[in-house]
Amino acid sequence: MSEASKALNKRAAYVVDFARTPFLKARGGPGPFAGSDLAVAAGRTLLARQPFEPDALDEVILGCMIPGPDEANIGRVVALRLGCGAGVTGWTVQRNCASGMQAIDSALRNIAAGRSQLVLAGGTDAMSHSPVLLGRAMVEWLAAWQTARSLPARLGALARLRPRHLVPVIALLRGLTDPVVNLSMGQTAEIIARRFSIGRERMDAFAVESHRRLAAAQEAGVLGEIEPIFDDKGGHYLADDGVRPDSSVEKLAKLKPVFDRPFGNVTAGNSAQITDGAAWLLLASGEAVKRHQLPVLGRIVDVNWAGVDPAEMGLGPAHAVPPLLKRHRLRPERIDYWEINEAFAAQVLAVLAAWRDRDYSRDVLGLGAAFGEIDTARLNVDGGAVALGHPIGASGARIVLHVLDVLRRNKARYGVASLCIGGGQGGATLVDAAGAA
Amino acid sequence: MGAKGYRHWALARDAHGIAWASLDRAGAGANTLAIEVLEEFDGLLAELSADAPSGLVIRSAKPSGFIAGADVHEIAAVTEVDDAERLVRRVQAIFDRLEALPFPTLALIKGFCLGGGVEFALACRHRIAEDSPATRLGLPEVMLGFHPGWGGTVRLTRLIGAPAALDLILSGRTVDARRAKKLGLVDHAVPERLLEHAARQMLLGGARPRRPGLVARLSNQEPARSLIAPLIERKLRQRARREHYPAPFAALELWRRHGGDRRRMQEEEARSAARLALGETAQNLIRVFMLRERLRAAGKETAAGPVRRVHVVGAGTMGGDIAAWCALRGLEVSLQDRAPQYLGPAIARAHALFARKLKQRHLVQGAMDRLMPDPQGYGAARADLVIEAVIEDLGVKTELFQSLEARARPEAILATNTSSIPLEEIAAGMSDPKRLVGLHFFNPVAKMQLVEVVRAAGTARETIERAAAFVRAIDRLPLPVRSAPGFLVNRLLMPYLMEAVALVAEGVAPEAVDEAARRFGMPLGPVELADTVGLDICLSVARVLTGHFGGEVPGQLEALVAAGKLGRKSGAGFYSYAKGRRTGKKKAPQEIDRELAERMVMRLLNEAQACLEERVVEDADLLDAGMVYGAGFAPFRGGPMHYLAARGREQVLAQMLELAERHGERFQPHPALAGG
Repeated sequence: MSEASKALNKRAAYVVDFARTPFLKARGGPGPFAGSDLAVAAGRTLLARQPFEPDALDEVILGCMIPGPDEANIGRVVALRLGCGAGVTGWTVQRNCASGMQAIDSALRNIAAGRSQLVLAGGTDAMSHSPVLLGRAMVEWLAAWQTARSLPARLGALARLRPRHLVPVIALLRGLTDPVVNLSMGQTAEIIARRFSIGRERMDAFAVESHRRLAAAQEAGVLGEIEPIFDDKGGHYLADDGVRPDSSVEKLAKLKPVFDRPFGNVTAGNSAQITDGAAWLLLASGEAVKRHQLPVLGRIVDVNWAGVDPAEMGLGPAHAVPPLLKRHRLRPERIDYWEINEAFAAQVLAVLAAWRDRDYSRDVLGLGAAFGEIDTARLNVDGGAVALGHPIGASGARIVLHVLDVLRRNKARYGVASLCIGGGQGGATLVDAAGAA
Repeated sequence: MGAKGYRHWALARDAHGIAWASLDRAGAGANTLAIEVLEEFDGLLAELSADAPSGLVIRSAKPSGFIAGADVHEIAAVTEVDDAERLVRRVQAIFDRLEALPFPTLALIKGFCLGGGVEFALACRHRIAEDSPATRLGLPEVMLGFHPGWGGTVRLTRLIGAPAALDLILSGRTVDARRAKKLGLVDHAVPERLLEHAARQMLLGGARPRRPGLVARLSNQEPARSLIAPLIERKLRQRARREHYPAPFAALELWRRHGGDRRRMQEEEARSAARLALGETAQNLIRVFMLRERLRAAGKETAAGPVRRVHVVGAGTMGGDIAAWCALRGLEVSLQDRAPQYLGPAIARAHALFARKLKQRHLVQGAMDRLMPDPQGYGAARADLVIEAVIEDLGVKTELFQSLEARARPEAILATNTSSIPLEEIAAGMSDPKRLVGLHFFNPVAKMQLVEVVRAAGTARETIERAAAFVRAIDRLPLPVRSAPGFLVNRLLMPYLMEAVALVAEGVAPEAVDEAARRFGMPLGPVELADTVGLDICLSVARVLTGHFGGEVPGQLEALVAAGKLGRKSGAGFYSYAKGRRTGKKKAPQEIDRELAERMVMRLLNEAQACLEERVVEDADLLDAGMVYGAGFAPFRGGPMHYLAARGREQVLAQMLELAERHGERFQPHPALAGG
């Protein structure tokens, strides 16, 4: 055991293992795995390599935005399917794009409170399985049909059926639209792009770099966090499949804007992909680390949440990170590696611009000076959601586990993982890998 | 409360005046219907007749199931047809009495309800079965060489119509509660929580007995019988030969002749069932059934507790299918191979198996969740049992077992599925060979019931016992064998197959060779079998065995393998295949030289004698059981050694000597055969 783990804090939350599925791009129609399938596939491998039995867990916390109709309280469904037994509780958290990070925060708090010692926390979503719903008019028509008993009543109901009744509601599109300000997520990205004067070319260049970095990481074989998964037909999936190593600014320039047509700048090419995936972290109190002799990969120091204007939801990280660092008396320069989820290239660039901007830092963030410049060589070093996708419930857990792995790889200490949250919030997690095994 | 003390039955009356008769056969784990049990029931009926209850429920007090059928040991003990017939008629009378009771009666069925159990239930006015995968109803008598004799053929054909009834009676297959409800065999399939409530409601609510539909009723009359019977017979002939398995043909004939006359049919049923039960086929099948019980008994649970987690290394056909079968039977399984692409096909096959066997989505999902593809081999450190099914290469296996020894839990059993490498050679590389055992499964795992549990010189007894208990727990039959090349089943099959190849090489049509074997009673001809197993595998086993025991590997086999003709899997072997199916099938000739079968079988018998002499298995009975359940050796002949004894040693010896004279010394009888 290393230096740091000799001085284990009984109620601190240590990360002792993690695993995730490959992130699989939605390619039209439901993918081979439901959300719970993904979580089970990665989770059982992670549990299989532990020195303790699955029923030693205190709880399973799973972030998920789009559980299927058979996945009510998907956290409990997954806990049972993982063979944890009836005695291990399971629950589901939902904070939109940060659901997976919320799961980590909830685990952290329960460990800090002494209520849990060993928690499996993570996130999952099979966005390709998003339901297609009947419209309100159709639901009303169906209700009328069911009460119509006699033949004339039925014929009457049938005569009232119109083609417009059959127009389905695509739940995914509704979910990616803010119901309060009636803007799609892409439109909020357009707003902050304009605010910080981020043009199409910079967005596309950022996107190309994301693909390049992910491709390089795959090439170098550094994504050991991924566990292969297998579908019922015998297919196997080893790697994030949304990556385009041949992506280029020229190619991306050809894409049409999808949210603000025809003049916008945000395209499918410089936005996060619609993807299926799951990610887990195994968190243990200092006591549990000792009892089961677990290897410490790092410590979840703290999580911070911030609220922002829903129309500028992409700036969430700009608001969530500074108070977090301040609370722990850390200057941004002390952070060795950063993960900021790439919901949109424009949105990450806007966050960096906001931190660079003295006026924004002072007037909006309430800081004395500009928060600072983030070295992009230390940000999303292995690419991000533009290249590997953003399964809403899983990303918050993925960026935390990934920054931990990057710290380990580089023998560095502090990492921050942060993301913007649809509805106007930001979430940020500070991790400390000092003395990691 | 019953005034009498019953040994096998408990009788109680509830507040509604319903009598609950619970069967709990003394001194047995499962309820079987010995005559004593039924006589006692008759006494119970007498008690009830004196003071009629509002209804009678018949149920089992045993958790294992309702009633497993007649007591097979009792059947086996009868030696005279007249005695058998008298006993059958006596039970018919008891069931008639049950049927004629003035108050409503109901059979409450949980778990298995087989043979005589179904006939018992059929004599009740109503039947309710628990809707659960554990509930199985059926009339498997034909598998023991006779047909139902306690009124079952009569009542079932009337209750659900002849086509459905004969399907059950002639095939012996079992159905679950939902299917039974659909067929009309039971009135309701209800979940456990509602069983007693449902029984009360039916008895107190004046439910009417189920009446068959018009088509079902007409099916037992003329001209339906004369029209249907030949159709059924034609289908039956595709499955079984009358000369080997007379029982289903007799049942069909019984119905064809007497299906319209209930009383007459029941009389004839008794006569026919009694005659069949004492026939040679039934006697041999009953023997085989008892041998099966003996194999099962060898797999008693041990003090070390059951195997819960299995780690399988090698996801080829064998390893993958073993892993899938274990997961199907409720174990947690990890399946390891060198790289993910080798695991995918095994997972796909497993899913197909689960979908076929479990049907319901949540059960299939549960089995898939229990089967973890494990390219990193994490499962090895957690397993109670590790099964190796990698390529047959001593170097690879030695290295694997060394690494497994380091990773596996100290109390875990380490098993190899090798079919040709002596365990001692693998053990030589291990630091603690006490926990090494062979678990030799047969292909296809989901079909072949036998598993050879192989004991090496250094294997601990506890390891053998735990391995056998594991085999039994996954619903397979453990056969303890000594580590010797080919163990039992392959060792005996090989000369038989090689003789078939020799015949083909002499110019006999492969179709004729196969037909000769099938006429002897093998389920599959040897040439088809070799093609199915894979000629490359046959060749490698043949080489190992000839290396040890001498003899020659037929040149034609080597030539086919060298030409890439490996059998079914490669599209061509002795026969040709497209998409796994035979193409250009030729009809076997009508006239088959008797000598063909003789040559193949004699070689098998000779090898069997050698195996016994070398104590590869403990005794002749276990040898017979192994060959019936591991190789499908004609079950109605009772196994090779039983067949040898039935034909007479002298006669077999003479036959071998004659064959040796004409065809060479491979027919030279084993000294033990000559010596007696």
